[in-house]
Amino acid sequence: MQDVRETLMQGRNSDGRSVRRPLSPHLQVYKPQISSVLSIFHRFSGVALTGGAVLLALWLAAAADSPHTFLIAQRLVDSFPGLSILFGFTVLLFYHFCNGIRHLLWDAGYGFDLSTMHRTGYIVIGATLCLAALVWAVGFAIG
Amino acid sequence: MVEFTLPKNSRVTEGRLLKASPDAKRLKAFKIYRWNPDDGGNPRVDTYEIDLDACGPMVLDALIKIKNEIDSTLTFRRSCREGICGSCAMNIDGTNTLACLKPIDEIKGAVAINPLPHMPVIKDLVPDLTQAYAQYHSIEPWLQAETQAPPDAERRQSQEERAQIDGLWECILCFCCTTSCPSYWWNGDRYLGPAVLMAAYRWIADSRDENAGHRLDALQDPFKLYRCHTIMNCAETCPKGLNPAKAIGNIKRLMVERQE
Repeated sequence: MQDVRETLMQGRNSDGRSVRRPLSPHLQVYKPQISSVLSIFHRFSGVALTGGAVLLALWLAAAADSPHTFLIAQRLVDSFPGLSILFGFTVLLFYHFCNGIRHLLWDAGYGFDLSTMHRTGYIVIGATLCLAALVWAVGFAIG
Repeated sequence: MVEFTLPKNSRVTEGRLLKASPDAKRLKAFKIYRWNPDDGGNPRVDTYEIDLDACGPMVLDALIKIKNEIDSTLTFRRSCREGICGSCAMNIDGTNTLACLKPIDEIKGAVAINPLPHMPVIKDLVPDLTQAYAQYHSIEPWLQAETQAPPDAERRQSQEERAQIDGLWECILCFCCTTSCPSYWWNGDRYLGPAVLMAAYRWIADSRDENAGHRLDALQDPFKLYRCHTIMNCAETCPKGLNPAKAIGNIKRLMVERQE
């Protein structure tokens, strides 16, 4: 479908000749703020978690296949890149979870005031880091 | 549609530098977006140096000083210079606000001034707001009631009923919020944007209006209302301190409640 705003891109100069108008800068000039940064990160974490879910399914499939395949899968997970991806997955998971609760509260009508919105944003960041650290601490403790 | 980069004809190039007189003491640089349909070519950023000792305190004072004393071709909208007309809405130092309400000394370094984001530019800092005004018209922003008003008086409201539209009626339609919303940037052809949705809620919440059901019907659409993803740039940027995100949240809540 054609964007209706396209018509407004057509302008005229003083001689009446048609001129294509420029689109004013947006992402190029707009200052990142906690509102927009957390929001785009929520979208990004959702997309990345979908990719992570595929990896998780592959790991389970390896376990279902044979002990040998599972051993290979475990080696991959235990490698440095494997652990890095797993760490990223947990951080994004907790971020998406915590910010998801924030979205639920908004949907229920709470937390729209600017100061509350800022506070809950920082709480989400803090909770994400704490939960991820906790999971990894427990993970390493039980080996 | 999402497009992260600007079209080729919209990429901004480096423009001229207009220096202040050498005896100026408190210098401030203003980097201002310029585009003139008669010039042909891409937009550019001109830098104007200004002596703050010879200039009023607000960004609009600087713009008027530039137009009067340095470069009369600089084009921008302004009228009331006191934050009630909404004409001088523009992107200053990375966020949308009214030039007349923005003190120059709140900005560190050079003052970057651009037109409202992701809009067709008519000239310099003047964006084409046709689409936003058409969307405003589409929500029928006037009182609709079957009941006749008393012949000798106005329609009465209790204080509580009147309080329902506080924080809504104060909107001056400067479209700072609408043009700060990434969702509006990508889907502004069909998404109504924060300013227009808040105006819609202003009538839905008004006890004198009897057409709330019809108004909600008109917004029951995947794009008009539900492209709001609670990014909250609107509330962050509103120069009048209003909260369009909250108003949109209230509309969404009413949509659910009336299904029950």
